[in-house]
This record gives sequence, structure tokens and C-alpha cells, in this order.
Amino acid sequence: MTPLPVSIAAAVASFLLLVIVFELIRSRRLRERYALLWLLTGGVLLALSLWRDGLNTIAGWFGVETYPPAILGAVGALFILVVLLHYSTVISRLSDQNTILAQRLALLEQQQREEGAREPSRSPAS
Amino acid sequence: MAELVEVPAPPRNDVLAQLGEQKRLAVVPALNEEQTVGRVIDEIRAFDPGFEIVVVDDGSTDRTAGIAADRGAHVLRLPFNLGIGGAMQTGYRFAFERGYDVAVQVDGDGQHDPTQLPAILGPVLAGEADLCVGSRFAGGGGYRSSFTRRLGIRLFASVVSAVVRQKVTDTTSGFRAVNRKGIALFAADYPHDYPEVEATVMCVKHKLTLREVPVSMRERGGGASSITALRSIYYMTKVLLAIFVGLFRRYAVPPEEAHHR
Repeated sequence: MTPLPVSIAAAVASFLLLVIVFELIRSRRLRERYALLWLLTGGVLLALSLWRDGLNTIAGWFGVETYPPAILGAVGALFILVVLLHYSTVISRLSDQNTILAQRLALLEQQQREEGAREPSRSPAS
Repeated sequence: MAELVEVPAPPRNDVLAQLGEQKRLAVVPALNEEQTVGRVIDEIRAFDPGFEIVVVDDGSTDRTAGIAADRGAHVLRLPFNLGIGGAMQTGYRFAFERGYDVAVQVDGDGQHDPTQLPAILGPVLAGEADLCVGSRFAGGGGYRSSFTRRLGIRLFASVVSAVVRQKVTDTTSGFRAVNRKGIALFAADYPHDYPEVEATVMCVKHKLTLREVPVSMRERGGGASSITALRSIYYMTKVLLAIFVGLFRRYAVPPEEAHHR
């Protein structure tokens, strides 16, 4: 069986995670889009910590007889893996966009320099 | 406070006469709409040639930007796809910095009928609303849509109505008009993906007045809807979360003066 102190500690920790994520969204330091996975993580961990019979049952499915809270750690690790993988895709997209922005800026600056060089001479063509 | 406006659109000539004194802009967001964007521009001009038109090209890979530029519209070409929220805010920033008094939003896919612009412009010009939204469900024509989208529309309608304490029937309509106050607010802050729902709530939270008027919309002229069934579930969750968190934020009235010029 899951020891009660473990359940309490895990529940408090996941609740804290939910509160922190909520506050980060509220103060606009975290966009809703990137908060959903964290909220899901906190929600699932909170549910598993409070629903102790459920945790034992799930532990039984995986043949974890001795120490059911190990499942909490495994689920937590799995979610962290998913969040990290998601962030890797986000970083990849950002770096692609960053490249495009730098290229566009370079082209714009070059165009502006050329126009600036032409202007003081007041060529009759323009 | 405000109930739905059941009166028909005010006479076109009235609206046009009032429009004459206003610096006005139509913001047309477009993503791969080469088949329809030209017609949308022509139709807005046909309604009122005094409208300046800015097409925000949200990273199209077709000739959308070229066609719009050929018709004499201002074209803001985003270097990559920002999503409809980022694209619309680009348009509102343009409107804010260039000092426009009124801005309307007309989708580049042709589903909004510019001959119905008087309906959404009327309350804004009359000073009865800061934001006026054209609603498909407030008594106008019929509208066909997929099941998940209809479900989402209805869900949002009840949630938003409760949050803003005013009856709102069509939160996802992008056919809307705003005055200078609304332009200033949206230039400073505009929601990201699937933004219309949040924008409506945001307006009311910032003490702007909201009005819905019935309009009918057309079937999409071209392109494909950017929203699929699975995505709409994700969006619903995201938008509901945003609305919920938004209840705990503080809001200030946005400044109407541009920092530039």
C-alpha cells in the first residue's frame, strides 16, 4: 500500500505546481499554449496522489507490488519527457523563424544602404 | 445592459455620410487566398471607395500578396505564419500608428460580405459601441458548419455571455468593426490563436462597449478552413483556459494616442 505521508507530499507538490503555472499565466509570463502540458502534468499527478486505490491498482497492472508510489515517479518522468520533447520542437521552430528574420533584416538593411547612397547625389533618374 | 439589436441595418446612405469624416481602414487577413482576396478588395471599394485597405499576408505561399498589391491595397507581408491572432494585431498596429479612427475586419476568404458593412459600422459610428460584431446567429441568414465547430460556437457563446454579462451569440465571428479605442486596445494586446473569443471578452473587461448585430455570411470562397476537428478541441481547451485565467487579471483602459508620430 501507498504510505499516507507520500500521498500527502505528492498531492501538495502537484497542487503547488498547478498554482505556480496558473500564476505564471495570469501574470503573462507563460502563454496558455505552453501551459496546457504543465497543467495536464499537475492534474494527473494530483489525481494519482489523491486517488490512492487507483494508484495501487495501476501499480498492480505493471507488477509493482512492493512500492506503488514508484508509479508516481514514473508518470512524472513520462510527462517531463513529453514536455521536453514538445519544447525541442518549439525551439526548432523558433530558430527557423529567427534565421528568416535575420535574413530579412540583412536584405532590408542592404536595400536601405543602397537607397541612402543614391539619395544625397540627387541623381536625375530618381 | 445591451440586448441584441433586432432593428435592421441602418440605411446605407446614413452610414456612408457619417463615414465621410472618418479615417477608415479595412483589415483583411489572408493566408493563401489568391482566389478570393482580389474580389474582397473590389467589394470593399464598391461599398465605399474611401476605405483604405490593408491586407495582412500571414505567410502565404501563393500570389495573395501580389494580387493585393496590384489592386492598390497596403500589403503587410509577414515573414512567416504568425497565426490569425498575430496577423490581425499587425493590422491593428498599422491602424493605430497611422491614426485611423475606425477599423473593420473582413476575412480574405470572402465569407464576409462587404455590402453588410453598414450593419457593423452603424453602432460604432453612432457612438453606441466601441466594438461591433456581426453575428450569424442573431437573426441573419443561415450558416452551415461542421458539428464540432457548431458545438464550440455554442459552448463559447454561453461561457462568454456569462463572463461579459451580456448576451453574445457569435463569439467566433471575425466580421467586426472597432473605433479608435478598440484599435488602441488591439494594437497593444491581442490574443494569439483563435483570437475572436478572447478579444470579445478582453474588450468588455477593458470597459469597452460591445454590440452584436445580425449579419449573414457566405460559404467560403476558396482556400480551406484552418480549423480541423482535433485542433478545435485543443483550441476550445486553450481558449476556455485563457478566459478562466483572464477572470483573475486586472485591466486598464488603453491609451488612445500613438507613441509614434
